[in-house]
Amino acid sequence: MTIKIPPVLRPSVGGERTIQATGATVADVLDDLYAKHPSVKAQLDAGDGTLHRFVNLYLNDEDLRTMEWLETAVADSDTLTILPAMAGGSR
Amino acid sequence: MATYQQLLAQAREEIPEVDAAGLAELLAAPDAPVLIDVREQSEWDEGYIPGAVHVSRGFLESRIAGVARPDTPIVLSCAGGSRSLLAAQALKAMGYEDVTNLAGGFADWKRNGHPFDVPRRMSEDARRRYSRHLTLPEVGEAGQMKLLDAKVLMIGAGGLGSPSALYLAAAGVGTIGLVDDDVVDESNLQRQIIHSTDRLGMLKGESAKAAIQALNPDVKVNVHATRINRDNVLDLLSQYDVIVDGADNFPTRYLLADASLMTKTPLVHASILRFEGHASVFTPYDGPCYRCLFPEPPPPDLAPSCGEAGVLGVLCGVMGAIQANEAIKLILGVGETLAGRLLVYDALGMEFTELKVRRNPDCQACGPNATLELIDYEDWCAGAGRHTVVSA
Repeated sequence: MTIKIPPVLRPSVGGERTIQATGATVADVLDDLYAKHPSVKAQLDAGDGTLHRFVNLYLNDEDLRTMEWLETAVADSDTLTILPAMAGGSR
Repeated sequence: MATYQQLLAQAREEIPEVDAAGLAELLAAPDAPVLIDVREQSEWDEGYIPGAVHVSRGFLESRIAGVARPDTPIVLSCAGGSRSLLAAQALKAMGYEDVTNLAGGFADWKRNGHPFDVPRRMSEDARRRYSRHLTLPEVGEAGQMKLLDAKVLMIGAGGLGSPSALYLAAAGVGTIGLVDDDVVDESNLQRQIIHSTDRLGMLKGESAKAAIQALNPDVKVNVHATRINRDNVLDLLSQYDVIVDGADNFPTRYLLADASLMTKTPLVHASILRFEGHASVFTPYDGPCYRCLFPEPPPPDLAPSCGEAGVLGVLCGVMGAIQANEAIKLILGVGETLAGRLLVYDALGMEFTELKVRRNPDCQACGPNATLELIDYEDWCAGAGRHTVVSA
């Protein structure tokens, strides 16, 4: 499946905007992403296998918190969007 | 052959009449009749009975179906009570059963001290300036009046505030407040198009005011040369109808999110970084709020500012224009806003993605169990024991 990488994480994945990863659930897909780009893990994972609260995940256009969160099953045709908040606007 | 007087006399036999005092009573009742004023436009423009519908005599037969059903109680009025009396006969002939004439017309109504409204008319200058809006059925004269009456508060007269303030001013938003305590710097001009080279060093609010007034002198500009904080936020927000958030930091964004819930002011959100923009609309207690979307800010190393990470100038234009668009829709009450949706724009890939945002039943700000109070947002955003320390 396709993972959309937000601007702040792109340096950790070699500048790519999207990454292809595989797995049966979101957790599997994230593990595959971490295996390919280990430094991403430190930025998303809270250290105990859960994600930081500031990380939003969307399966296609749906908020994963309204689904089964990391246990949500995924298909190859799905898109996972990783989305931390951005603050920029003025300066 | 009948004279005019004979026609009127005959009509009086067929049509019941009511005087001004009687009509005032009818209009105050819960099952008030439909009052139709059949005078000409120029007469209507000088004043009309509150609640009256204006259909000039010449259009009465062709337009009545859009105003009343055959069994709707109708009162007709004109200037002195004669035109409307004959008009009532015409409606009777069409099958309208319950038609009454206002004896003495608007003149008697006014003479007896009953209240009347004078329609607001746009000046010829305004009609020319806003003619492309007036042509749109979704805006029209009534909508343009709403824009002229509207008050929008811009948080930041910078990257996002520049294009949105310019478009809102061009659209005729009557009052624009600009909150910014910064001055125009050379490095701003790559994207902050409301400012200009000859205004370097000027307070951004004053510089933006100069640009807005050159574009549209009808707009009243309030410059708030301050940083928004816990002490002034509620007072500021309560003076405006819509807030456009172009802040450059998380503490201000969370402060605005919480305060806009307290004042129940809709918040038009956008944020930008590098080549990417986010936009949404937060309508207090109706749609999700900012904290439903982002319960917590990221730590500083995952939230670089545009100063640190850079931003494409034109990205500000796209996202700021989207904010202006949403603010105008909120004011007009038309269309579908971004409430409940987060629009993500990737300028490099030229991709717009829409993500669903739902109200979070456990939201710490707008949820049923939330205790909303303004906190120290600098401390809260800095972590204060909340974030695990993250090393890049």
